[in-house]
Amino acid sequence: MSGDTLLDVDDLRVTFPTRTGLVQAVRGVSFSLGRERLGIVGESGSGKSQTGRAIMGLTPPQAEVSAKKLAFDGIDLLSISPRERRALRGNRIAMILQDPKYSLDPVMTIGRQIVETLRTHEKVSKAEARERALAMLQAVQIRDPARVFDLYPHEVSGGMGQRAMIAMMLVTGPELMIADEPTSALDVTVQLDVLKILDKLVAERGMGLIFISHDLRLVSSFCDRVVVMYAGKVVEQIKASELRDAQHPYTRGLLNCMPRIGFERHPLPVLDRKPEWAA
Amino acid sequence: MSAEIIQSRREWLLSDRPASRLQARLGRAYVAWRRFSANRLALVGMLIIIALLVVAAFADVLAPYSPTIGDLKNARLLPPGAAHWFGTDDLGRDIYSRIVYGARWTLYVVILVAVIAAPIGLLVGTVAGYASGWTDTILMRITDIFLAFPKLVLALAFVAALGPGIENAVLAIAITSWPPYARIARAETLTVRNSDYIKAVQLMGASPFRIVLRHIMPLCISSLIIRVTLDMAGIILTAAGLGFLGLGAQPPLPEWGAMIASGRRFILDQWWVAAAPGAAILIVSLGFNLLGDGLRDALDPRSGDQ
Amino acid sequence: MTAAITLEGLEVVFDRFRALKGVSLEVREGESYGLVGESGSGKSTLLRAITGLAPVASGKITVNGKTLGKTRDKAFYREVQMVFQDPYGSLHPRQTVDRLLQEPLAIHGIADGEKRIQRALDEVGLGIGFRFRYAHQLSGGQRQRVAIARALILEPSVLLLDEPTSALDASVQAEVLNLLEEVRRRRKLTFLMVSHDLAIVTHMCERLMVMQNGEAVETLTASQLIGHRVSEDYTRNLLRASEGFVRTA
Repeated sequence: MSGDTLLDVDDLRVTFPTRTGLVQAVRGVSFSLGRERLGIVGESGSGKSQTGRAIMGLTPPQAEVSAKKLAFDGIDLLSISPRERRALRGNRIAMILQDPKYSLDPVMTIGRQIVETLRTHEKVSKAEARERALAMLQAVQIRDPARVFDLYPHEVSGGMGQRAMIAMMLVTGPELMIADEPTSALDVTVQLDVLKILDKLVAERGMGLIFISHDLRLVSSFCDRVVVMYAGKVVEQIKASELRDAQHPYTRGLLNCMPRIGFERHPLPVLDRKPEWAA
Repeated sequence: MSAEIIQSRREWLLSDRPASRLQARLGRAYVAWRRFSANRLALVGMLIIIALLVVAAFADVLAPYSPTIGDLKNARLLPPGAAHWFGTDDLGRDIYSRIVYGARWTLYVVILVAVIAAPIGLLVGTVAGYASGWTDTILMRITDIFLAFPKLVLALAFVAALGPGIENAVLAIAITSWPPYARIARAETLTVRNSDYIKAVQLMGASPFRIVLRHIMPLCISSLIIRVTLDMAGIILTAAGLGFLGLGAQPPLPEWGAMIASGRRFILDQWWVAAAPGAAILIVSLGFNLLGDGLRDALDPRSGDQ
Repeated sequence: MTAAITLEGLEVVFDRFRALKGVSLEVREGESYGLVGESGSGKSTLLRAITGLAPVASGKITVNGKTLGKTRDKAFYREVQMVFQDPYGSLHPRQTVDRLLQEPLAIHGIADGEKRIQRALDEVGLGIGFRFRYAHQLSGGQRQRVAIARALILEPSVLLLDEPTSALDASVQAEVLNLLEEVRRRRKLTFLMVSHDLAIVTHMCERLMVMQNGEAVETLTASQLIGHRVSEDYTRNLLRASEGFVRTA
């Protein structure tokens, strides 16, 4: 599982200034990640996406990010220059987002975007970059990589677009991948295909993976460990295999409130939010 | 008013559990006002326009002399001084008094044009956008025809046909002003016509007339108000232009554009005759522009109601 | 039992795209019937065709015994109402909840609006403080409750539901599903519910139809689906996908 610590997060805080005061999106989140898969689960407003973006360094400029420690492979992410941050981003730390319709550049072909990502971080010739891009498209099980290379994002289906995005993000061989709801915009049969590909690639390359999602069950079946967030804080950190024995009432409530095939409950148990969870 | 009363009124307005339609509407207006007033330039613009309204309303009190009758014998073309703050024109009339009364004519033009052109544009645009098909095509081609002509040229043509005079100038300007409003209203309508909330109302059995009037038009009003306010500077200048060409306000009306026209002859030696009304037009146009920009920042539906 | 909704060979064509290719189904009165499929299956188009918002090329639609033509009259909308998917788009941004609920009453000339609005809000569990809020002052779950109140205020007998909870958080989803069940039980409504989520459909519906590419793949009961007694491969695939991910690496 985890050998060396890839990512060390201690008391991460992200605060946004709004017209009505300061909003604390992330309030003291701490966890560490080795070469393993960590799932961050939460509902909307839990701060899970902002946590991922803070690690990537993609928090909007008006927000304030602070932490006792935010280190990737020993490098202090909060004290390095923006240029050094950019050198890490897309190169050693990669991120895939939810909807390829909105996260892929609509005016560039897929192949060109992958090539551009590669050539930004490595000094390779155009021909070599093209070869590696095609190899990557093949690795994400796109059957006709040369054809897809020349297609625009709107010309491919959601599942293929997401696979192209994975290819683009993995072409530089990152050590850490942050996936923010990578399958939520996809049909359920396509979801499984994309997850299988992600599963294989992450295992092959020995990468660390942070899987951010609202789907607790999906995350627990895909990841080794799960971090549950509520109102900007971590309420539970647990091994995925031990999810059934979760301690925190929010986690238990979240597990129970979803309808499950073959397990009829009328009415469904409803989450009874206690104010002290957000304290 | 004590601090507690102000605080409780504010809480009432910002309450997230309004108890009546009125409270909800006032609350919303208050939030928009807060956003607007945070912009200092917008407040300056608003003050200028308020000043314009006050001057127009109290012209009788504020003007020391008559705007139309002048002292031809003694007071021709006097420079600005103690007795005449902006000097006098070639007919011995006090320019300051003429400017004060001219404010009324400026408001007359601007309000009438807005009141005529905006509703026409709104109606044409929303109907075209909602009905689509042939109705849309025909209405938009008519709009395009009007838009194809430069505004001043078209206004000139209308005034030439209708005869000179400030009423006809207002009509001519209104006829040339409505097309952009129709375009804006149509664009907004196209954006919203396929949204679920419009579908929901269609699924209640609402007639297209009702949907356009009560559901789509309210959504266009913000954009329209902003555009009309920003256009007012142009309307004043067009009216001034027509007045300058002798086709708008006719003498002895103290309309600012006509004043510049008649002051043109003296601009080298008696610069104040044209400069004073020119400055007035400049300040009022600036005021409308600042107000319009401020309104856009405060009311823009795209920026949300956070 | 009489049929609330009957579709016979329904064809819906947008320009040249065949969204529905001869679909037939029958929903009994008081039943909760599900439509399951992935994107492009035509399930939402089917609902739209019933409400008159999609161009029907051929086929017959019968609701409560009446065959429907190209347009719908006001009486139809008092029998059939719809709840939309996106809570953030189904409420008018410039209208208070009170005004939103007034509108159907005003259109149909129904008096005693005050009492009805109060009752509608109570029924969906929204207290008196919500009546004069605007849409942007409500959470996703609250908006969906308002949408349900709006659909019910005309007292329809048939409710069409287009993925009513897919845009909501899991915990809120449970509340809204419970509300829908309760409302259906109390008013004895017929539900035609569209969803991509098999778990929700088996929870809420008695019978369901699986759709793919505008065609009906299979019709079965919820208990058949739960017991894995399915006949088509596509349905089997969907079922397997719904059961979650199994790690191999």
